[in-house]
Amino acid sequence: MSLVEVLFGLLGVVALGAGLLVVTTRQLVHAALWLVVCLGAVAGCYLLLSAEFVAWVQVLIYVGAVVVLLLFGLMLTRAPIGASTDLDAPAGQRVAAAVVALGLAGVVVATSVDAFRGEDIVLGDDAVGGSSSAAGAAIFRSWVLPFEALSVLLLAALVGAIVLSRRDIGARPGDAPGSGEDG
Amino acid sequence: MPLLMPVLLAGLLFCIGVYGVLARRNAILVLMSVELMLNAVNVNLVAFDVWLRDELLAGQVFTLFVITIAAAEVGLGLAIVLLVFRQRETSRLDAMDQLAEEREPLGEAAGEREPAA
Repeated sequence: MSLVEVLFGLLGVVALGAGLLVVTTRQLVHAALWLVVCLGAVAGCYLLLSAEFVAWVQVLIYVGAVVVLLLFGLMLTRAPIGASTDLDAPAGQRVAAAVVALGLAGVVVATSVDAFRGEDIVLGDDAVGGSSSAAGAAIFRSWVLPFEALSVLLLAALVGAIVLSRRDIGARPGDAPGSGEDG
Repeated sequence: MPLLMPVLLAGLLFCIGVYGVLARRNAILVLMSVELMLNAVNVNLVAFDVWLRDELLAGQVFTLFVITIAAAEVGLGLAIVLLVFRQRETSRLDAMDQLAEEREPLGEAAGEREPAA
């Protein structure tokens, strides 16, 4: 067992443990911070798989932007500080969710073990496939059209988020009092 | 490295995300669980890209696309959650069982809240 495999196993255990804490902890802000640990461990897994550029994009966008956005959301919805009991669904629904998740895990694990047992990823010395230059060349040569379409999608999402967040547009005159004053 | 290691990691991470989506009641926690599921898919894409030694780097480029779409999804999702919270004073998903909103009481509640905020 090589060093890369040991490290990947450790990072995988960290990611899975932090993911479990994200979905089970009783403190809202702790869930967001455990999400940072989980996404960081996944970024480490990308590095070990030689996908260097994807790893840094993961750190920048997920750990940097998405988690901060989620923390802002928690703040703006006046999330309770400290342990809170009404984050989870009732016990019956939680048991059903656990049954569904465990069943899905069983199916996925059995299928992938059956399909990919004995297959090896060869991480050779020429592992430059995920460097920034290779990824940039791939994006701007082979995948430039989807890339441009994605920029239009980002613009649409930006406009949509602004329209949803502003209070002084969207409401018809005389709709609800107090909805057209500030914003 | 055995291909099974990243594939199993992705599968289990996806199942954790499924549990979170089904068992959580707070809208923002459900968004976090969706992020976990998207990450599981990304691990799969990168692992198969490296395994197949793809010339076009399709897996890694798709991972970048998924990360971008996830950022857009979180932005829009949080805007919707904030809008719902502003109108109904809650981010509990099981309390949102009506498509229409009651106009009058909400207008008064909003009018009372604005000066304090």
